[in-house]
Amino acid sequence: MPAYPELAAIRLGYGLSPWADPPADPVAWVESVASAAPDGDAFSMARDYLPHRARYADLNRQGAQQDPAALQAVKDIMRDIGLRAPRIRVARAVGDGGFGERLVQFWADHFTVTAGNLFDSISAAAFVDEAIRPHLSGRFADLMVAAETHPRMIAYLDQALSVGPSSPAGKRGRGVNENLAREMIELHSLGAGSGYSQRDVRQLALLLTGLTFRPNRDATAFFNKNWAEPGAFQVLGKTYHRGEGQGAILQAIHDLADHLATARHIARKLAVHFVSDDPPDSLVKRLAQVFRDSGGDLPSLYLALAEAPELQDCFRQKVRQPFDYIVAALRACGIRPGNIMALDQPVFQNQLLSGMAGMGMRWGSPRGPDGWPEDAAAWVTAQGLAGRIDWAMRRLPKLRPDLPDPRDVLQTALGDTAPDTLRQAVPRAESPAEGLALILASPDFNRR
Amino acid sequence: MLSRRLFLKSTALIGCSAAAHPLLSPIAFASMPGDNRLVVIILRGAMDGLDVFQPYGDPSLRTLRKTLSTGPEGGAHDLDGFFALHPALAPLMPLWQAGELAFAPAVSTPYRDKRSHFDGQDMLEAGTGTDVEAMRLRDGWLNRLLQAMPGVQSETAYSVGLDDMRILDGAAPAKSWAPQTRFRLSAQGQRLLAHVWHDDPLFRPAGEQAIEIINDDLVRVDTDDGPTRDAQALARFTADRLNGETRIASFSISGWDSHARQGPVIDRALQRLGAAILTLRADLGANWRRTTVLAMTEFGRTVRENGTGGTDHGTGGAMLVAGGNIRGGRALGGWPGLAEGDLYAGRDLMPLRDIRAHAAWVMRDLFDIPRDVLERSVFPGLDLGDNPRILA
Repeated sequence: MPAYPELAAIRLGYGLSPWADPPADPVAWVESVASAAPDGDAFSMARDYLPHRARYADLNRQGAQQDPAALQAVKDIMRDIGLRAPRIRVARAVGDGGFGERLVQFWADHFTVTAGNLFDSISAAAFVDEAIRPHLSGRFADLMVAAETHPRMIAYLDQALSVGPSSPAGKRGRGVNENLAREMIELHSLGAGSGYSQRDVRQLALLLTGLTFRPNRDATAFFNKNWAEPGAFQVLGKTYHRGEGQGAILQAIHDLADHLATARHIARKLAVHFVSDDPPDSLVKRLAQVFRDSGGDLPSLYLALAEAPELQDCFRQKVRQPFDYIVAALRACGIRPGNIMALDQPVFQNQLLSGMAGMGMRWGSPRGPDGWPEDAAAWVTAQGLAGRIDWAMRRLPKLRPDLPDPRDVLQTALGDTAPDTLRQAVPRAESPAEGLALILASPDFNRR
Repeated sequence: MLSRRLFLKSTALIGCSAAAHPLLSPIAFASMPGDNRLVVIILRGAMDGLDVFQPYGDPSLRTLRKTLSTGPEGGAHDLDGFFALHPALAPLMPLWQAGELAFAPAVSTPYRDKRSHFDGQDMLEAGTGTDVEAMRLRDGWLNRLLQAMPGVQSETAYSVGLDDMRILDGAAPAKSWAPQTRFRLSAQGQRLLAHVWHDDPLFRPAGEQAIEIINDDLVRVDTDDGPTRDAQALARFTADRLNGETRIASFSISGWDSHARQGPVIDRALQRLGAAILTLRADLGANWRRTTVLAMTEFGRTVRENGTGGTDHGTGGAMLVAGGNIRGGRALGGWPGLAEGDLYAGRDLMPLRDIRAHAAWVMRDLFDIPRDVLERSVFPGLDLGDNPRILA
């Protein structure tokens, strides 16, 4: 049975590394989450998105052919900003104990927004830094409000142009879009099959009308009262009166966040992500109880998770997703955040992002708003595994040409949890590259 | 273990002040390195020398090996009435006949008994003895050779390929280059992967298909010019450099770890080795007459064939020498015999000579390096013994 710090590093963090000891106990793990707060590199809609987006729109208004060089210059700036985002994410994940960055990954996936074109990618990076990171150690309700009202979420789930039919704008023939309302209930709070009806979704969608943002003017949500459906709306048995501004909308999000079904849904998602694809019901119940008792206090939830005996009981029941896999491999090989930031951009792109895509995870591009799949079978495919071996043998050496001794990596990465089969096999590999590939392709490294 | 990165840094610092380097000999900086060239090919995975140069004249061989190394009966090419060359190296027979191919059938580094590929390769490339202090020396013997050569510039030495070549690491400048090679998973690598996947119901079936994907890729990529494409690419680049200012180059060929079904495994590896040597010879043109190629492996394999048609990690093994400037067409350094009492630890070929001594004499004769420099600096603590007169 591995010691707690080792177990927690593998299950709660991005694995072990030769240059940093993992936090010692559950309390220290929860405290480590603070290091994932926004830092000086944080992306911002106001700084990194709006001025460039506005300039781009202006140039297009004048006719793109008028000044193709200026248009290209904006695109170049945007591309550089966009390429910084995944690099900083990888570097931060490689950097510390990892629970905080794992939670950033978890919540960013829970509130999925995809990247996509240049502008989408930058606003998606800003979404993580503006909506997720600042609320990582707060209450779930605040996190949810920040996520649902971020411009990137509003754009991604088609809320930006949703107009109440009886509003001044609606009378000119524009209509409501239910997408954000539906996912808010189905994916982000109560969860599918938890007893809400289509009428609840529709009423929430009508309530949400007017919540939008102006791509060229506002860094945050904007409430357009000319688009807002007037009246009162009944969602899950509670009535919301339109009133002035966004107040009723924010109250509805808070109520969704505090719903009993939400506690169970979030508890289960956390357990699925950190513990097992099919987590013990006792664990889910316990986490849900903590969620309810603490009013959705996230650190309380994290502590319950960090203390859970199921971390040990269900060890290695999860398969690392490609992002986790790559970060864990980089850490195991002793690579530091500075090494990631110092890579040439093409090397980062070709070896890291393309390598990850080869394992089935294209950066920022899950198939839908339900995010990346959690189940092991989705990742342990022939193609995905070939991609992992390919990355370990061909791409990793380009990220770190002086590869460490595989026996050291085995000890570093798996510590006491390395099985005898692997301990015996690694020294029998005929080259260090194959020894390393053997570790990085083994079930024990790919599982956590 | 001493951090490699840290050590490289510190040697580089020391290197700034040549006089302060403990391994650097006070040689006058005279001319450029001469016209002679040295290529060292590291054969990773422990080549079975007994199968490459089959001592079919040794009566014990037939009792130790039932299916492997059966000499001319099995299609091997007779060399001298005692040794026969593995069929897959048939393309090198013209070199043998021209006196451009030789081999040392029973050599080894000082590495003993642990039989780990990584440690064995580290020691082969470090060129050190077994004493702990020397093992801490993390630079390679080709680099220490450069430190002892006058007129060395960064172009003088090249490591070629994707593999980390410790043999050229160290204070002296050296360049490295990798061609667009596909990655290969050796037969041993595939077997080990299957082994670590075996008990996992998810990884086992997916892994089997993943290996097929990887191998399919290879077949598709290599259709044009066959499975020796990568080795040829390494050799082609090496020859190109050696035709310029480079005098020393090193690359590696993997795939020798033949624990089971050795036949096809060693066949593929030998094809690559043969292709590399033939490419060097062809592309070097007139410079082939000034070139020596040493192909060395970390240790030999068991003299007995195992139960799965393969061999396991052993001790004594063979070194292959090729070049337009060697006295080839012969075996170097005698034969220990395969009878029961002649074996090392009752299972391995007994090494008769330290492989470093052969390499040292080649360097002595190619580059005019004084014997004491070789014994003190390049291979610290080695007694060179008699000159085997490998060069013509």
